[in-house]
Amino acid sequence: MILFSLLFPLAAAATPEEKGLAIAREADLRDAGFIDFTADLLMILKNKHGQKSVRNIRVRTLEVADDGDKGLTIFDNPKDVKGTAFLTFSHKQGDDDQWLYLPALKRVKRISSRNKSGSFMGSEFAYEDISSQEVEKYTYKWIRDDIYDNRECFVVERYPGDKKNSGYTRQVSWIDKSEYRQWKVEYYDRKNSLLKTLTAKKYQQYLDKYWRADQMYMVNHQNGKSTDLVWSNYKFQVGLKVRDFNKNSLKRAR
Amino acid sequence: MDKLEKMFGSMVIKQRWWIIVATVLIVAAAAGGIRHLAFNNDTRVFFSGKNPQLQALEALENTYNKTNNVLFAIAPKNSDVFTRETLAAVEELTELAWQIPYSSRVNSITNFQHTRAEEDDLIVEDLVQGAGNLADDDLLRIKRIALSEPLLVNRILSPAGHVTGVSVIILAPGKSLNETPKVAAFARKMADDFRKKHPGIKLYLTGGVMMDNAFGEAGLKDMSTLVPLMLLTLVVIVGLSLRSFAGTFATLIIILISMVTGMGMAGWLGIMITAASSSAPTIILTLAVADSVHVLATIFQQMRQGNSKHEAIAESVRINLQPVFLTSITTVIGFLTMNFSDAPPFRDLGNIVAMGVTAAFVYSVLFLPAFMAVIPVRVKPKPDEAVCAGCDRLASFVINRRKVIFWGSLIVIVALTAGMLRIELNDNWIKYFDKSYDIRRASDFTEENLTGFHIIEYSLESGETGGINNPDFLTTVDKFAGWYRQQSKVVNVNTITDTMKRLNKNMHADDESYYRIPKERNLAAQYLLLYEMSLPFGLDLNNQINVDKSATRMIVTLKDTSTTELRATDEKARAWLQANAPESMFTYGSGLSVIWAHLSQRNINSMLGASFVALVLISAILTLALRSFKLGILSLIPNLAPAFMAYGIWGLTVGQVGLGLSVIAAMTLGIVVDDTVHFMSKYIRARREHDLNPAGAVRYAFNTVGTAMWITTLALVAGFMVLALSGYNMNADMGLLSALTISLALILDFLFLPTLLMKVEGKKYELLDKETDATTIDRHDSVFAPVSVGSSSDS
Repeated sequence: MILFSLLFPLAAAATPEEKGLAIAREADLRDAGFIDFTADLLMILKNKHGQKSVRNIRVRTLEVADDGDKGLTIFDNPKDVKGTAFLTFSHKQGDDDQWLYLPALKRVKRISSRNKSGSFMGSEFAYEDISSQEVEKYTYKWIRDDIYDNRECFVVERYPGDKKNSGYTRQVSWIDKSEYRQWKVEYYDRKNSLLKTLTAKKYQQYLDKYWRADQMYMVNHQNGKSTDLVWSNYKFQVGLKVRDFNKNSLKRAR
Repeated sequence: MDKLEKMFGSMVIKQRWWIIVATVLIVAAAAGGIRHLAFNNDTRVFFSGKNPQLQALEALENTYNKTNNVLFAIAPKNSDVFTRETLAAVEELTELAWQIPYSSRVNSITNFQHTRAEEDDLIVEDLVQGAGNLADDDLLRIKRIALSEPLLVNRILSPAGHVTGVSVIILAPGKSLNETPKVAAFARKMADDFRKKHPGIKLYLTGGVMMDNAFGEAGLKDMSTLVPLMLLTLVVIVGLSLRSFAGTFATLIIILISMVTGMGMAGWLGIMITAASSSAPTIILTLAVADSVHVLATIFQQMRQGNSKHEAIAESVRINLQPVFLTSITTVIGFLTMNFSDAPPFRDLGNIVAMGVTAAFVYSVLFLPAFMAVIPVRVKPKPDEAVCAGCDRLASFVINRRKVIFWGSLIVIVALTAGMLRIELNDNWIKYFDKSYDIRRASDFTEENLTGFHIIEYSLESGETGGINNPDFLTTVDKFAGWYRQQSKVVNVNTITDTMKRLNKNMHADDESYYRIPKERNLAAQYLLLYEMSLPFGLDLNNQINVDKSATRMIVTLKDTSTTELRATDEKARAWLQANAPESMFTYGSGLSVIWAHLSQRNINSMLGASFVALVLISAILTLALRSFKLGILSLIPNLAPAFMAYGIWGLTVGQVGLGLSVIAAMTLGIVVDDTVHFMSKYIRARREHDLNPAGAVRYAFNTVGTAMWITTLALVAGFMVLALSGYNMNADMGLLSALTISLALILDFLFLPTLLMKVEGKKYELLDKETDATTIDRHDSVFAPVSVGSSSDS
């Protein structure tokens, strides 16, 4: 991948599709090598009626060299699902593997579903919005350059490879040219109408390299509901191992 | 007073060109507003913001989501949904349905998220995938699963498996009026393509959005079909009664410009047209006729007597100004009281008609005489006087048999009024379209074969965050759903507890004995989490569970139910909740049908007040005009009784009264009062000026205004009968009941009013029928003699 981008720097990309792919690769490359990280996540769900609800989860991610990342999500709140843990192996090709440990049942259940477009914990985020964003899962097209929030950005469209199981026809992202951070994403549904908009705020840099946004705000334009994600306590390279990401580790996760 | 009218008469002649030019300008200015008229196709326009049931529904919709849908009912001709061909067609339609504008969820038997267990896996997948290649075994398996699924049966699958549905939830932003037509057009195109591609499958298109759309189309259809028909009817009636081309032409202009002015001003004011207010042009046309007829009749009559045209016109204006003003203002008051209605479309209807009627008055006393003054008018010397031979015979009959007629009428009035007791309030908003509408036929088919359209929804509160996982709460919800399933007319209850039970079974290796509510709260919550993570876009549980998982929505579907039954069911459900559920769970049922079920009653209550105000105002005007408190009070009886009798007849024959009919009493009051005014003022004039006794005065009144009353009533009844042809039953019923009320008013004015006057006043006077006197005096008043209320001099 490194070789590829050396051979084809952005400026040389000929078609909008090639340029779009090159931008996605560059962004992926700049985030490569973090090895692992942990973080705490607060989700704030709001409906049109003004009611609010919160979820607390912790995430652990392990970078996998030749495939998608491994992820472990531990639910702390609501208290009914406290201790529930969610394990994912994302793959560059094919469906991700997913398991859920249910403490009330004391068993690990494999989620055998191709569905990834449904709501994650009742929020406006779908699993496909928050799972590991592998470059290979989409095709790309650079649309134009734009100024977003005083930053020079690429506007890149991406199209899901697995059309049948995605909820979207396309996503339009605003990626700044200097650090390749994603500031805004518009999600278009299957009939190509604007469904949701994600905006990211307060990016912080970790280990002088890896950018993570502290706040993400997803609004659903069609049903008037919204979800805020508040990230905190990011820690990189904490020494997570492959053995921390298997069915047995799920039960032990706290 | 009379001086003013005289001046007015000559002024109109003198300034005729200015008046014509000014009228043309005013009409043109008003007509400019017509382009601002928009058709509103949201059936919710019937609910005011203050409607408590609407507020409850909106709160529920903001918590979960709105459930307005497009429903494709699919009926294979071989009566079996579970064939490769049909399932493949449903699968294809389901996929296409995601393309419908504003679609947010699509539910069908093919994309139903079937769950099953396989060792430690929970498998969540579409019930039908690749239907075209399914083996016979698969078809049987799918059929067995689908027909035992409470989420499907009687909702999008008939229990016999012969009809299925694809339900598409539409979440329109509500920003522009063309959203609904856009959805409808797309769905219709899909339906047409489907029918062409699958000749072996019948497809019906219905659902709330399609009904909304039909509601908008009904208004447009009524305007484009009923208005021309109305014009034709009026031209025939006016032509036959006036027997003058110029007169008929002038009347046609007056009613047209009155209608244009009324509608144009509505446009400028930003009033939106709905199916219910689309009857405004027809009603304006009908009501505008009377004014012109009165003015023209006097002109012709004066000319026949040898007066010049200008003299005749001035005289007509002088005589008619006041009575035409009087009848117009009572009509305007009647319509303005519709502002008391709880349903905004009736307020609009009342205001548009009031503006049209006011315009008709102004044009009839200014433009009409000015116009007549400039166009050539010929009058055939008519072998007159024979015209009202019938009036005199009727007068004799009424006078001679006054006792029998008085008591007879009274008995009939009371008997018919008693029929009101049989009135049942019912608003079946689905049946507002008659069978000429596709939507009605599709809805009838769907209700007969697939599911119901009446919905009672609940947001059941557990009272704590995450409380929907509490086994006690779930058990109560399940019992409530179970209770509902026992109720008559209930075809489906959609509740989260069925999903819970299925998941519990799946988690225990699909063991049927675990098809029950999980015993622990954590277990329920974790099952739900697992399940939610496995659902695709547009099929999640967010429309059933609120964000903090403290409440769940339950949807009860009923079929063939009346407003009364629906309200009774809702009340029983509340009683059940009160007796069996914790306090937090107690709630009122919601949904469009529930709102409709309360709407007529709310509207009747508000319109009762309106009718009272109209009655007081109109009676006060009559008392002033007739200059007699006693007669003003007496006039109440013939003014009120027609509406009572009409409702009574309706109660005895049809029985069901809906929203549209609840405004009739106030609306017709201002119209029926006109005939009473005409008759009583003539009666008074005979008594005061010609010094006739009551019987003689009655005969005088018959002879002078009998024919005029008869003809204007004919025009009114014809007008409202045209409205009765509307395919939108709310308008048709309004037309029919108004026509009935107005007809009864004429009958009462001819039979009961004279006998009442003789009864009340007869005591003081010797009742001699001075027949000769009464018929000879004022012969020249003739057919369309105007009323000259309150004026001391006479023609």
